[in-house]
Amino acid sequence: MMDPPGVPAALQVLLIAVLVVPAAGAVAVALLPARMDRGARLVATVFAAVTFVATLLLALPSSRDFGWTDYSASGAVPVAPWAEVQAPWVPSLGIEFHLGVDGVSYPLVVLTGLLTLLCCGYTVWKVPAGGSGRTLAALLLVLEVGILGTFLALDLVLFFVFFEVVLLPMYAVIAGWGGPDRRRAARKFVLYTLFGSVLLLLGVFTVVVAAGTGDLLALAGGYGLSRTTQYVAFALFAVAFAVKAPLWPLHTWLPDAHTEAPTVGSVILAGVLLKMGTYGLIRVGVGVAPEGAAWAAPVLGILAAAAIIAGSLVCLRQTELKRLIAYSSVGHMGFVLLGIATLTVTGVQAALIGNVAHGVITGLLFFLAGAIKDRAHTGDLGALGGLRETAPRLAGLLGFAAIASLGLPGLAGFWGEAFAVVAAVQRGGALWVTLAVVAAIGGALTAAYFMRLLRRVTHGPATEAVTGFPAITRPEWIAWAPLVLLALAVGLVPALVLAATSDPVAALTGALR
Amino acid sequence: MTADVLTPLLPGVPLLLGLIGLVLKRGDKRNGQALGIAGAAIALLVTIVLLIVVDEPVEVTHRWVTFGELPVTLGFSLGPAALYVALAVAVVALCVQVYSVAYLHDDRRYAPYAAQISLFTGAMLLVVSANDLILLLLGWEVMGVCSYLLIGHDRRLPEAPAAAVKAFLVTRVGDVGFLLGIAWLGVWSGTFQISEILDRGGVPTVAVLFILAGVAGKSAQFPLHTWLPDAMAGPTPISALIHAATMVAAGVYVVFRLFPLFAQSPAALAVLGVMAAITLLLGALSATAQDDLKRVLAWSTVSQIGYMTGALAVGSPAAALFHLLTHAAFKALLFLAAGAVIHAVGSNLMSRMGGLREHMPVTFWCFVAGLGALAGVPPLAGFWSKENVLVAAAHATEGEGPAPAWVGWVVWIAALAGVAVTAWYATRLLLRTFFGHPRSRTEQWHAGFSDAHYEGPPGVPHDPPGLMRWPVLLLAVPAVLLGLAAFLPGFRSALELEPPHLSVSIVLPLVLLALGAGSAWWLWHTAPGDDPAQALGRSRPLFAAGFHLDKIQDLLVVRPVRAFAGAVRVVDEKVVDAAVEGAGTSTTRLGTALAAAHRAALPRAAVAVFSGALLLGVVAAIYGAAS
Repeated sequence: MMDPPGVPAALQVLLIAVLVVPAAGAVAVALLPARMDRGARLVATVFAAVTFVATLLLALPSSRDFGWTDYSASGAVPVAPWAEVQAPWVPSLGIEFHLGVDGVSYPLVVLTGLLTLLCCGYTVWKVPAGGSGRTLAALLLVLEVGILGTFLALDLVLFFVFFEVVLLPMYAVIAGWGGPDRRRAARKFVLYTLFGSVLLLLGVFTVVVAAGTGDLLALAGGYGLSRTTQYVAFALFAVAFAVKAPLWPLHTWLPDAHTEAPTVGSVILAGVLLKMGTYGLIRVGVGVAPEGAAWAAPVLGILAAAAIIAGSLVCLRQTELKRLIAYSSVGHMGFVLLGIATLTVTGVQAALIGNVAHGVITGLLFFLAGAIKDRAHTGDLGALGGLRETAPRLAGLLGFAAIASLGLPGLAGFWGEAFAVVAAVQRGGALWVTLAVVAAIGGALTAAYFMRLLRRVTHGPATEAVTGFPAITRPEWIAWAPLVLLALAVGLVPALVLAATSDPVAALTGALR
Repeated sequence: MTADVLTPLLPGVPLLLGLIGLVLKRGDKRNGQALGIAGAAIALLVTIVLLIVVDEPVEVTHRWVTFGELPVTLGFSLGPAALYVALAVAVVALCVQVYSVAYLHDDRRYAPYAAQISLFTGAMLLVVSANDLILLLLGWEVMGVCSYLLIGHDRRLPEAPAAAVKAFLVTRVGDVGFLLGIAWLGVWSGTFQISEILDRGGVPTVAVLFILAGVAGKSAQFPLHTWLPDAMAGPTPISALIHAATMVAAGVYVVFRLFPLFAQSPAALAVLGVMAAITLLLGALSATAQDDLKRVLAWSTVSQIGYMTGALAVGSPAAALFHLLTHAAFKALLFLAAGAVIHAVGSNLMSRMGGLREHMPVTFWCFVAGLGALAGVPPLAGFWSKENVLVAAAHATEGEGPAPAWVGWVVWIAALAGVAVTAWYATRLLLRTFFGHPRSRTEQWHAGFSDAHYEGPPGVPHDPPGLMRWPVLLLAVPAVLLGLAAFLPGFRSALELEPPHLSVSIVLPLVLLALGAGSAWWLWHTAPGDDPAQALGRSRPLFAAGFHLDKIQDLLVVRPVRAFAGAVRVVDEKVVDAAVEGAGTSTTRLGTALAAAHRAALPRAAVAVFSGALLLGVVAAIYGAAS
């Protein structure tokens, strides 16, 4: 193993452990005999917990602030992860096994660890119908490996490999434990995202062949790639990540997948899986092909604003609970993509915190929607109503999550949306100011559909479907409470997410100035 | 030093206690009450200490987060004027908390109710004390959510959820502008700190106009005022809180706080002036025809806020703030007293009231004080502050201030007309409610909504119990006396207020006041028992419906958005998604077709292979010949 200078060995072990522990957990859980189903789920939770602790420990050296100050000759700040591991993998092609974590990826890494832990814990309590809980827990751990790998990878090819690892387990989760129309939804999900992956693969090889290396650190800032190469690469990356994020109009796999997926599947899907798209766009798209990004930014911005408006308008006329939340993700990811499209430090930082906030809040929303659907046996907004009469706590939590999601200042959702607008204003010019206005109007529409949702579901007289709801159980509280607290904590102390982002983001967008 | 510590506590304590209250069991009435009252009381105490300790404006700034090169700070700043507003907020909040204990004594969700009031109070205090636009926005939006929760509190009213949603959404539409305005100001000046922004010249008019949109939403200014009358579905103490000290006052306060920016932009002041004049008259005229006691007061709030924004438009923020303070006192008084009446009668409708003077003397005299102050009867509070507004408007007609002269004229004339109309509807309210004979109870007694249903048959109306009476009496004091504070040099210098002018200029408003009150009395006197509003004739339904602006709003905004949303959903499903599904099915179909083509029997397959070979051979031969 090659030692990158200045990274202590313990940290390197930790980085490897973040990937190896859940992988080992998945194998262990899968090997346990079927009669120990509950025990296997507990084991999975323990492995997820260990991984989560490992992701938390990764933050330790960041306070020591090394690595960031070594300005290179060009004067730009280099992307310098505070922890990295590097080993040759396919030397002849310049491909390396290179992992690292910096301020951009770290919040997402922790979020992944947390959500997987919560989902595994939730699975101990409740296994959705369709298959064995043991297998589901193992699949969740495999998913975690893929997602964490994507966020940690510092080599383009490695990034692609991890990006693909996620696909099949997610397919299995939807197809195995989903709702009545699960097979069709799972097939649509996997085929649509595979289409994106093909483009990503093309992009990866365009870059690797042209540059002779896949090292994202070296590639950051363009690496002297020709203008044409950058244009082609960015176009490929943008479409690939737009499918994953998803960006309107490439979003239609999402509502189906969410509606059919089991609760834990939806939580992981909305909470962290979509973030692979936006993270990829920042790290790979903007990072590797900055000139291409600058060239495509107006188109990206317009599509993002269209996504905000289209997502919220569809929500306004939506009649199914989980489908509505799925479409709300389209709108929220529109804000994130608008932030990225501005290519300003403000905008990309807004996108990063918007990413995390959406993961926390929409994760919570899907947990709550799942709880309501499990109890009422329907997600039809026409059949639900008067929840605050029969289940006041659940109604209160739903209200909290909805208000957080519509971007109330003081809760997590606010920062990303407000500062995407600020960044668009900052960018200036008629186009970007118009986009800012459109996005702000989208914010009002977001409020409108969440108000409609709350009015339908919580207010009014209690309907038949919501009577006799069992109270919220302890495992449910355990799974939800961290998300509630995080939504508040990130809202009040946005520095939790943004503290270490300004330098790496400046480095990623720096090539443009 | 003390001030530096206390300033963040001013909004912080009620906000924190509110958050704690939210996680209490909803039936935990005792702790809910204690936390609620403690929050307001501590805020009041902190304000008083700050008023005593502070000589110069306090500024406290902590780093919060930095986006790119835009720092966002946890910055607070309290000048003497802000402290007086904070005092009004805290006093009204405390009164409301104490009053609610008795008013909602049988409420089963008291703990969250009291907690939401605390949050509301804290959020308003945050708006008052914030020195950073983002922090101010936090308070601003939290208030919006609290108003939503509290207006929708009463589950027995079918109107409540719709009214709550309307309040939130209409203000949120204004907030689209507010956010853009803040973004613009922040980008323009490179900081969100208000004190630094105010130091800069050459503010872009568009940013100020954006801010005005938010102000119009929060402060219920035309055309975004429609939520306020409907918000009466909330419990009466909440109406007092929203109308007197929080929510609607916030917009006026923000313009006051940012006034140096507005002063640079005559266009923005002109817009504000026109908005104020329309709102002022619209509210006053709508108030004349209402039968619901609380709706009269609600429309009167719309109109009185028009006076404040009018004062701002003519370049006199001091007069606006003075009127905000006196209005806080008398409107809180009027709402809490109205709650006592509603409690006693069991209905909101004035057509069910009458003759209450003998049974409820305390409430009656409080109403007299409150309505007198509202109409501007000397020497009650409203007289002095309204006088200030009128003088400022009259000054502005000379065109020397920041606003164009015509704005001065518009505001001055509207304000004078408003004096007469206000006196008219205040007199009508008093006569209809407290004089004459009690109306007989009929089957339709409970028509309309009221938040004070009694299970058993109500007895003789009576003055409210102590917990409700004392807050009302306490508020009566400033409603009567606060106007005289204009003679105190300390108070004047805090608000930068002009000394009161008791010159000929007061004659005209007083004549108009007498005219309005006298004509209402004369109408009532000539036809006892009849509603003076009958004299409005054919315009009565128009006024009662608030000029049908609700319908217009529905027609121009709500329905188009809904229809557009439906269309977008159809496009999303039938075009965007269908394209994806179509790509899938046509691929499958193509595959099936190709598969069928490959499933051939031996003879046909052999022919195919040979013809293929032949074709390739010919091609190769041609190529070979060509090269």
